[in-house]
Amino acid sequence: MNRLIALLLFCVLSCGSDKLEVYDYDGLEPLINKNDDKVHVVNFWATWCAPCVKELPYFEAVNEKYKAEGVEVLLVSLDFPNKYDSNLKPFIKENNLKSKVVALDDTNMNRWLPMVDKDWSGAIPATIIYNNEKRQFYEQSFTQEELETELLKFIQQN
Amino acid sequence: MKTFKLITVMVLVFTLSAFTTTEDKGYKVGDIATDFSLENIDGNKVSLSDYKEAKGFIVIFTCNTCPYAVAYEDRIEALNKKYAAKGYPVIAIMPNNTDVKPGDNMEAMKARAKAKGFTFPYLMDEGQKIYPQYGATKTPHVYILQKTKKGNVVKYIGAIDDNYKDAEAVTTTYVQDAINALLNEQAIEIKETRAIGCSIKV
Repeated sequence: MNRLIALLLFCVLSCGSDKLEVYDYDGLEPLINKNDDKVHVVNFWATWCAPCVKELPYFEAVNEKYKAEGVEVLLVSLDFPNKYDSNLKPFIKENNLKSKVVALDDTNMNRWLPMVDKDWSGAIPATIIYNNEKRQFYEQSFTQEELETELLKFIQQN
Repeated sequence: MKTFKLITVMVLVFTLSAFTTTEDKGYKVGDIATDFSLENIDGNKVSLSDYKEAKGFIVIFTCNTCPYAVAYEDRIEALNKKYAAKGYPVIAIMPNNTDVKPGDNMEAMKARAKAKGFTFPYLMDEGQKIYPQYGATKTPHVYILQKTKKGNVVKYIGAIDDNYKDAEAVTTTYVQDAINALLNEQAIEIKETRAIGCSIKV
């Protein structure tokens, strides 16, 4: 019986959607520069970043609400690799995140930060909204209203 | 009519957002940095002008609660050990709003400094008036200043080195390289770098 409980517990902790895609910047680049008909929202965050965690539900909400309009949210976690198992994976599971989550592990930040956006000083949260036509970078926190206002500028263009 | 209203709203939103993004971004390399008088963890006020013998300063906006800042604590202490005697002491400033981040309040700063054996001043940016003038956006965020007759000139802005994760794996020690150049009266090769950090809490 104990063994069964242990097995169940093991499965709760490790079965299912427990795989995390981890990229260096070169691996991430195509994911944040897609050339299709969708409106892409890319949010850089981490579980330890309080303002990031606070705004995550807004990104989840727009991902759901504007799905039909072709909106796709990508959450890029900057959690430290030694916290993937202890913090990030449990966080994704507990909060039942529906948007796609990937982790970026690339220490040479001075190389890739300007490649994400020339104006990014490096603070998070940070967000990119882009479609085929245009691309906008935001080094700021959003309220749900602010996020929708920005997003609508891209949707109405489509 | 509806479209007109929508356009008006959009123009308004755009104008507002344009204003918020064009606000003062702080110092650039070559600017004169302001002095300050901020409370240290020992209760005394500290100003750059107190350091009569200094050739300059390694001003670091940092805090207790940011994982990147924590990852760099030992390296910040090492910088002070190495360069204070050569005329470039570390001056650490904690810029966060402590109502938002109680883990960065003065008591917590004292405890952290004691636990880690900090030998540099660790100052509270009371009222959050100094970091915006420098243009710091995150912790840790470094400004190397060189003392001149005109004032303290900003010589380097950015990260400590190029690997937050592993001090052993660092390939470019930006701050050390910049200070060494200043000490040897050579040009600083990399004057600005960027790194991920925790946004300063307002």
